Amino acid sequence: MFVRLVYESFRRQKRRKLLAGAAITLGVTVATAMIAVATDIGDKMNRELRTIGANLLVTPQEDTLDVEIGGVNLKPPSDGAFLSEADLPKIKGTFWHNNITGFAPVLPVNVTLERDGKTENLTLLGTYFAKKISFGKEEFTTGVHATHPWWKVSGAWPDDSSRDVLLGERLAARLSAKTGDELALSGRQLHVDGIVSTGGPEDDEVVGPIALAQEIIGKPGAVRRVYVSALTKPEDALGRRDPKSMSGPVYDRWYCSPYPQSIAYQLQEAIPHSHAEQIRQVAQNEGAVLTRIEGLIFLVTLAALFASALAVSAAMATAIFERRAEVGLMKALGAGRFAVASIFFAEATLLALMGGLIGFAAGGMLAQQIGRSIFNSEITISPVLFPVILAIAVMVTFAGSAAAIRKAVGLDPVFALRGEL
Amino acid sequence: VSGSGFTPAGSHSAQNVAAGRAHAPHTSMFVRMLLRAAVLRRGRAASALFAMVVAAAVATAMLNLYVDVQAKLRREFRNYGANIILVGKDGASLPANALAQAETVLAGRGVLAPFALVVARTGDGQSIVVAGADFDQVRQLDRWWSVSNWPSAPQQALVGVRALAAVSPKNQPFDLEFQGHTIHLTSAGTVRTGAAEDSRVYLSLPEFVAWTGVQPSTIEVAATGSPEEIATIMHQMEQAIPGADVRPVRQIMEGEARVLGKTRATLLAAAALIILTAALCVLSTLMGWVFDRRRDFAIMKALGASDRLLNGFFAAEAAALGAIGAIVGFVLGIGIAAWIGRANFHAPVVPRFSVLPFVLAGSMVVTLLSAILPISLLRRVQPAVILRGE
Repeated sequence: MFVRLVYESFRRQKRRKLLAGAAITLGVTVATAMIAVATDIGDKMNRELRTIGANLLVTPQEDTLDVEIGGVNLKPPSDGAFLSEADLPKIKGTFWHNNITGFAPVLPVNVTLERDGKTENLTLLGTYFAKKISFGKEEFTTGVHATHPWWKVSGAWPDDSSRDVLLGERLAARLSAKTGDELALSGRQLHVDGIVSTGGPEDDEVVGPIALAQEIIGKPGAVRRVYVSALTKPEDALGRRDPKSMSGPVYDRWYCSPYPQSIAYQLQEAIPHSHAEQIRQVAQNEGAVLTRIEGLIFLVTLAALFASALAVSAAMATAIFERRAEVGLMKALGAGRFAVASIFFAEATLLALMGGLIGFAAGGMLAQQIGRSIFNSEITISPVLFPVILAIAVMVTFAGSAAAIRKAVGLDPVFALRGEL
Repeated sequence: VSGSGFTPAGSHSAQNVAAGRAHAPHTSMFVRMLLRAAVLRRGRAASALFAMVVAAAVATAMLNLYVDVQAKLRREFRNYGANIILVGKDGASLPANALAQAETVLAGRGVLAPFALVVARTGDGQSIVVAGADFDQVRQLDRWWSVSNWPSAPQQALVGVRALAAVSPKNQPFDLEFQGHTIHLTSAGTVRTGAAEDSRVYLSLPEFVAWTGVQPSTIEVAATGSPEEIATIMHQMEQAIPGADVRPVRQIMEGEARVLGKTRATLLAAAALIILTAALCVLSTLMGWVFDRRRDFAIMKALGASDRLLNGFFAAEAAALGAIGAIVGFVLGIGIAAWIGRANFHAPVVPRFSVLPFVLAGSMVVTLLSAILPISLLRRVQPAVILRGE
């Protein structure tokens, strides 16, 4: 009898059920989409923030002091220690290799430009542009493309295996050189592939493949510094602690969290004789900005959940209120409060499950759409969320119907049937 | 209000009553009906109003945040430090009046700090970069500097963590020499940034100038405002200080623009979804309310009310509900936005009254729509059918 009542209610009142179901579906859609966006926004914004540049710097451990003014290194090029280029692929072998979006080694060397019979001292910055590297079975491409995305090149990026160079914007203007010219640098004829504009000291320099710089100073495999761009988690009290003072489990938790400090620590482990440190200007502020944006989206998601809960409960309240004559009839025929309430709750559960199912699918698609149109990458919703969303849908529908159901079961059948309430 | 059509019983004749009623303004009955409708069905009217208030509040809060989030995040981005750098043209040092000129142009729209740099020699002949800076300004500009203790007394220096090993490994006083002039310093504290600053020694600017005679060569400026405002500041600086090369710090500018744009877009999408949900909630509640009163509607119609009057009645009711809901919701929404501002950005979100017309208009449209739709359905039905309860 109970099942039949519920079944008939759905069969006969298609319009009303459709309306309530649509409200639930819409509410769940909005809630799912917002939860998906909120859980992924940190990662997405982290990637956007990588535009600001590398957040970690690896230098040789026993290095002499940098003598650098305005980005121009005055230290004799052969002075101090170097890292070995052969060790660099190991960066991709660290625990957090998936969080490392790119790295670029640099080797600044002094060169002399011979031009119209005069000579001039310049800096040539050797680096990776977009070099293919393999570690184990993994292949990846890295270089200043990934770590310095604000560099703009008119002309073409040189190939990393070539001996072609880029000229800094201001240097090119000063020499009135252009793409396609040949330059005589330290006795080598080099082809200019393009003009690079960075807004930084590189505008006054020559930028070339690292192998060329190594050849000029006669130190194959030498690297002065490595810029590493990594997706990190805003540091907290645990992140700031010194790993040497930690006990086993705390150390494991610290090691397995993508704090700037723990990634730097792992880089130091991976590359022999190195010292890795966060670039505080980038790493510290990144954490602050990320925390703000995540907090904002979290609060907005709460607002979205609240609005959808309200929409669902409004629809349920209207649907139940319209059926008070039915309640009156049931009660007149001897149905108890419990029997009436359980019918309504059963109906609400069915509606919530169906609405939740469709809403979850629609919300997933909506989130994907948002991700594609705003971030140019997918926001995927994890299936783990499905039972959570369904439970929320059922709970909200219950909560929304509870007041209306309580009112309905309290009705006096006489008044209800006369339609006087 | 309800007494305006009546005169006290007994004091006048029946004629007077009739005359009084005839002369009473027509709107009084209209207003009375509106009020009675609200009072008699308190529960449902209240729930409709509640839905409206919540919808308007959420819409106000979202729009307010959307307008304000850019200013809030820009402030966060100013912690990244300079977005404009002034250097002397072609490697020369800046003209003597450059700092004063730059401050005049900036006029409180940000902070700036001058830096002077030379390569000096330590006691054992090692080269080291020594910088002169105004520590108060540096503290404001470069907040990410992790400094153990800022120098406060004369002849105290701030030493980079890597420079410390070279100049004063045991924290002893040390000498620096530049072009034959020697200065005697003690280390007040260390600075750690992970960048070039770690290899330098910082002195206060007057001491630095007295020692080396070198004037500032770089001014770092953190200008606040939109990209257009920053471009204007840069242009004004170029005009005011012809001897300086004014350069944007492009990675900071670009990163800021991207993150701000994406955050605003996400917020807009969220606001659209939330406002849509809230509007639909209002629509369904109000339609239920109006539909529920089909008997009132039928009685009025049976008593000879014209379609125009009925439409007017329900429209006026909806408009009143929409207006009250929008205004109460607006106040509430401003409160929510301010709370979110305080909780998340540690600064209140400024109330934007420019949002009010949009919220008001939106509420009106939604409430009118939810009144007109059921009425146009009911109009096709005979009053007798409705009154029989069919």
